[in-house]
Amino acid sequence: MANPFRRPESRSAERDPRLPPGQYDTGSSFPVLTAEVTPRLDTAQWTFRIDGLVDEPVTWTWDEIQALPRSTFDGDIHCVTTWSKLGTSFAGVSVDVLLDAASVSPTATHVVAWSHTGYTTNLPIADVTGGKAWVVWEHEGQPLPVEHGGPARLLVPHLYFWKSAKWVAGLRLLDHDEPGFWETRGYHDRGDPWREQRYAGD
Amino acid sequence: MTEASLPPLPQIGPVTRRPPVGGPPRTWQTGTVVEIRDETPRMKTFRLSLAEGAVHVPGQHLMVRLTAPDGYTAQRSYSIASAPGEGSEVELMVERLVDGEVSGYLHDELRVGDSLEVRGPFGGWFVWNGRSPALLVGGGSGVVPLMSMLRHHRAAGITQPMRLVVSVRSPEDLPFADEYAEETTLIFTRRTPDGWARPAGRLDAATLEPLLIDGATAYVCGSTGFAEHASQLLVSLGAPVGSVRVERYGPTS
Ligand SMILES: Cc1cc2nc3c(=O)[nH]c(=O)nc-3n(C[C@H](O)[C@H](O)[C@H](O)COP(=O)(O)OP(=O)(O)OC[C@H]3O[C@@H](n4cnc5c(N)ncnc54)[C@H](O)[C@@H]3O)c2cc1C
Repeated sequence: MANPFRRPESRSAERDPRLPPGQYDTGSSFPVLTAEVTPRLDTAQWTFRIDGLVDEPVTWTWDEIQALPRSTFDGDIHCVTTWSKLGTSFAGVSVDVLLDAASVSPTATHVVAWSHTGYTTNLPIADVTGGKAWVVWEHEGQPLPVEHGGPARLLVPHLYFWKSAKWVAGLRLLDHDEPGFWETRGYHDRGDPWREQRYAGD
Repeated sequence: MTEASLPPLPQIGPVTRRPPVGGPPRTWQTGTVVEIRDETPRMKTFRLSLAEGAVHVPGQHLMVRLTAPDGYTAQRSYSIASAPGEGSEVELMVERLVDGEVSGYLHDELRVGDSLEVRGPFGGWFVWNGRSPALLVGGGSGVVPLMSMLRHHRAAGITQPMRLVVSVRSPEDLPFADEYAEETTLIFTRRTPDGWARPAGRLDAATLEPLLIDGATAYVCGSTGFAEHASQLLVSLGAPVGSVRVERYGPTS
């Protein structure tokens, strides 16, 4: 019979209240998890587009999006593979600002975020509005590294991190839910870490 | 603006595996250790007998959960190394990391007859269903899901071309050492066996280029550093970006 598993002494006895169930603190590291080849995107050609059920589809260039009001996030992120990174920071622009510019149709209920790589992920509008989501290009004061989605990624920190599409290229407004890359491959449709919504059916 | 007039969004690849309708029966179940084999000084294979079984596709992983007497838990993902179709038994192959909470426990404490909790299988992208040629590129413990593919290829007598590239530091670090045949190219990055033709060094274009297979899906797995290097090499050699599937195990490189 094995010795029972124990909490390692190096890890604090008090579980950090910022950790959702089943998550552990990865400390200062920032693991990389991606299903596809890391793309090399040139900011000179980079664009971000909002289309679908909007009055006016809008496309921003790199310089144009940088000129929008800056917004920062300070807090925690949670990956479905069970690491969390606590007390980190990102800067960019609030998705509220982007959606306002395009004027979302009242019939829209969901967005699909899509990436320059073809990655997609779906979100109800309520999860990307009201100061809950950003397009970010800075991490802890530095330009966002390419392996973490640079030049810019979506940031939806209250959901598992696969919703925060790396190398984001746009948001499409829809009047229905359209499951994205991981959501059609066994992962949960919404991905709330506090409810441990890791896999379909959780 | 109507949806019909919108340009289609780009796509990475078709859905190759959907979860069962109505949600998968993926509750936690007990896995009892029926065999432990040393692969290398830092790697062990654990053969588990699952109470309810689990039908996997090569490339998928299980979630393993350890629970302390005080209720504290830790869960990690481990790829399945065995081929599908071995009844209710599966094999995991775990590398012991320095101060690794879960890998350390599995290596130091777990014995035959002990049990742990597992859930899965999971993963619907880094999977090979046997219907396309496959180029498998693994670094260190990243060879685990690729071994499931190779074992399946052999056990099921699949005729699709398959090649495997395994990169490790030195001969002592090579898991599954007696299972490689002519489909496999071994890369030693620090030290080679005596009389080895290729000098020690990381995987390079000259080594990889002749191994490319037309129309193949490439599966790259390993540490972040290895996966990044190998996947960029494949693309630089002309492999279509959409044909390269990557699984990254974590922060170490
Ligand atoms: C899909 C998937 C499949 C995988 N398949 C496999 C597989 O087949 N085989 C395999 O071996 N691994 C696999 N992994 C990796 C595995 O899930 C674990 O990440 C790995 O075993 C390390 O877990 P651990 O608990 O031992 O180490 P952790 O405790 O998580 O630590 C990892 C490293 O970081 C350091 N560290 C982290 N946090 C702290 C801290 N607070 N204090 C001190 N040090 C710290 C440790 O020193 C250690 O070296 C897979 C990962 C994924 C995502």
